[in-house]
Amino acid sequence: MMQKRYMSIWFSTLLTDWIRIKRPALKALPLVFSDKAANRMVITAVSREAALLGIHQGMPLADARAIVPGLEVIENQCHKSEKLLKAIGEWCIRYAPLVSIEEDQGLILDISGCAHLWGGEREYLREIVNRLRGLGYNVRAAISDTMGTAWAVSRYGKITPIVKSGEELNALLSLPPMSLRLSPLASQKLIKLGLKTVGSFISMPRSVLRRRIGEESMERIEQVLGQKDERFTPITVPQVYSARLESMEPIRTRKGIELAIEKLLTQICAHLEKDGMGLRSAQLQSYRIDGKMIRTEIGTNSPSAHISHLFKLFSLKIDQIEPKMGIELFTMEAVKVEPLDPRQEALWLAEKGMEDQKVTELLDRLAGKVGLQAIQRYLPQPHHWPERSIKKVDSLREGLSMPWRTDRLRPVQLLKIPEPVQVSAPIPDYPPMLFRYQGITHQVKKADGPERIEREWWLEEGEHRDYYQLEDAEGKRYWLFRSGHYSSEKTSGWFIHGFFA
Amino acid sequence: MAATKRDIIDKLQEQILSLQGFKPVGDGPAMDFGLGEISISFPGKVFPLAAIHEFLSTNLEDAAASGGFISALLSTLMQKGGLCLWISTQRKIFPPSLITFGLSPERIIFIDLANERDVLWASEEALKCESLAAVVSELDEISFAQSRRLQLVIEKSRVTSFIIRKNAEKLSSTLAAARWKISALPSGAIDGMPGLGFPKWNVELLKVKNGLPGNWTIEYCGGSFNIVRETVIENREIRKAV
Repeated sequence: MMQKRYMSIWFSTLLTDWIRIKRPALKALPLVFSDKAANRMVITAVSREAALLGIHQGMPLADARAIVPGLEVIENQCHKSEKLLKAIGEWCIRYAPLVSIEEDQGLILDISGCAHLWGGEREYLREIVNRLRGLGYNVRAAISDTMGTAWAVSRYGKITPIVKSGEELNALLSLPPMSLRLSPLASQKLIKLGLKTVGSFISMPRSVLRRRIGEESMERIEQVLGQKDERFTPITVPQVYSARLESMEPIRTRKGIELAIEKLLTQICAHLEKDGMGLRSAQLQSYRIDGKMIRTEIGTNSPSAHISHLFKLFSLKIDQIEPKMGIELFTMEAVKVEPLDPRQEALWLAEKGMEDQKVTELLDRLAGKVGLQAIQRYLPQPHHWPERSIKKVDSLREGLSMPWRTDRLRPVQLLKIPEPVQVSAPIPDYPPMLFRYQGITHQVKKADGPERIEREWWLEEGEHRDYYQLEDAEGKRYWLFRSGHYSSEKTSGWFIHGFFA
Repeated sequence: MAATKRDIIDKLQEQILSLQGFKPVGDGPAMDFGLGEISISFPGKVFPLAAIHEFLSTNLEDAAASGGFISALLSTLMQKGGLCLWISTQRKIFPPSLITFGLSPERIIFIDLANERDVLWASEEALKCESLAAVVSELDEISFAQSRRLQLVIEKSRVTSFIIRKNAEKLSSTLAAARWKISALPSGAIDGMPGLGFPKWNVELLKVKNGLPGNWTIEYCGGSFNIVRETVIENREIRKAV
C-alpha cells in the first residue's frame, strides 16, 4: 500500500481574516470577535494586532476593552467559523479529493499521490499556502505521514514544514507537549513536571506516562507517531462514480468545456458499463480560477451509460457555465445510479415499444430544456370524479393497474376548471333546453343524462354533479353539469366542463 | 382491352407522381386507416405517412372533433406498438376520452409547454426520433419556413406529424401533405332512440399534395369510420392543383 501523506493547514486568525476580506477598512486595526458565554461577553477570536497588545482568547470583553479602548469588536459571529472552514475545504478539493476539518481551526488534506502533480511536496505546499495567503488568510501548513504530526508541525514547527516518512519523532522532539493534541490539563501537568519538550518524555515507559496523563492522551501520542490509526472524516465523500479533470491552462471556450465534459463522461461511463450500471443523475462541478464553483446537474428518465446521450444533456446546459477568467478543474460525479438492464438494449431494437431507448433519450433532452414537469403521462385511477380519474406518472415503464373505462363517454376536450354557463331547464332533473356560453346561445337538440357523479366526501367536501351530454343545432356536443340538487329557492349553478368529439 | 387501358393509366399516374416528387412509402404494405373512399383522394390511394397533416380548428368544439379524428388515425398508426407525443400549450385534451377512439391513453406522452417557440422546438426534436409512431403538435400558427424545417426532419426519420392549428385566421401556406378541417355535424339517432348518436363529422380535405381534395360526412362508430355521404365539389380539376 502506498504510504499515506497528510497535509495540515492551520488558519491562525480565520475569523478576523475573513471579516477583513469582507470589510477591507478593518485592515491593520486590532480586531476581536466576541460571543456570549455564561452571561458575559468573551473574546472568541483575536487578530494578530490585538494579540500583540495582550488580548487572548477566552478573555472577557470588558477586560480587553480596558486594555485597548479603540478595539473593533464583531459580536456573535463566531459560529461562522465552521461554515467558513467547510467552504475553504470545498475549495481545497481542487488539490486533494479528501478534505477534512480538524480541531482548532484547521483543515487536513489526504494528499497521498497528489503532490507530484504539482512537481513535489514542496511546490505543492507552497502553491496552496500562497493561494490562501493571496486570498487574505494567515495560514501555516505542514506535510507528514500522520495527521497528528502534520497538525503539530503546522502549529508549532520551526524548521521545515515537510516531515519525511519515518521522521515524525525527530520532528516532534523539540516541540512543546501541547503539539501532541493532549488535553490542556495533561499538557499543563507535563510542563509543571518540567517536561517542556516532547523529547523529554516521549521515550519514557508507557505505563509511567499513562499514570501521569491518562489513557486518552496516550492514545493521542500513539496516533501522532502513527502507531494507531486515526479516523478521517472527509467533508464530502467522493462518489464512487466520479472523475476529475485538471486543465493545464484555464479553459475559457465552449469547445474546451465540451471536450472536458466528453472526457469525464468517457471515464465515468466506462466505469459504469463495467459494473452494469446506468446514470440517473449526474453533477458537473467547474472550479473557476477566481475561486467560484459552478454546479451543473442533469437527470435522465431511465438509467443510461451512453456517452453521446449524456453529453447532449450536458451540452444543453453549457450556457449556464460562465468561465469568466477560466476554469482550472472539472469534476463530475454520478449522483444517482441504477442497474442497467442488459436485456433492454435487445428489446429496444426489436419492436417499437415502451422501453425505447431513443424515446427516453428524447424525453431527457426535452426535460433538460423545459423541465421534467412538462412531461406527463397518465394512467387511470379508481375514481369517478373526472379530475381525479387519472393520475400523473413519471415513469415510462409503469403499466396499467386497471383498464381504462369505456362504459362512460368522456369529452375529448376538458376544461381544467369548469366554467359557469346560463341555462334554461324546463323541469327539475331534465336536461337544459338552451344554454349560453361565451355569448353564444346554443339550442339543445339532443341530450343524454343525467349522470350523477358524487363528490368523494372522504377527500373533499362539496356538491355532487349531475352531468348531461348535450348536442346543439349544429351538432356540436358539450358536457354540462348542474352542481348540487335542484332547488326552487335558488337558481342552480350550471357549468360547462368539456367538449365531445 | 379496358383492363390494359386502366393499367396504362395507372402506370402513367404513377409516373406523374414521381415526376411531381412524390415518393411512395417503401416499407411494408400500406396501412389501412379504414378511410374508405377518402383514400382515393390521396396520392397513390395511400394515406400519406411520414408527412405533415394540418388540422384547422379555431374553436374548442372543432378541436374536440379534430382530436377524435386524429385519435382514431393514431390508433391505427400505433397498432404495432410505439409511443406518441402530444405537444401543446394550454392542453385541454382529456386522456381517458381517447380510449373511445381505440387509442390507449397511456401510450401518449403529453408535453405541456409554456410558449409556441418551445412547442416548435420540441416538435422538431420529437420528429427526429424515429422510434415514435407520431407527433401531435398544437400550434397557433406555423410559417412556411417552420413547416419546411419539420418536413426536412421528417424526411429523415419518417415519423408522421399532425399539427392542430388553433389560429386559422392567419392561414399561411405550409409544406403540409394534407390540410384537414373536421367539424361536428348533428348525429343520427341510434335505432330511433332519443339522445346522442355516434359522433358525426364533416371531414373537409382542403388541400392534399398530389391528390384530390374532397368533402365527406363521416360517422365514427364501433371503432371504424362510416362514410355517410360524399359532398361533391365543383371544379374538382381546378382545386387539384396545390
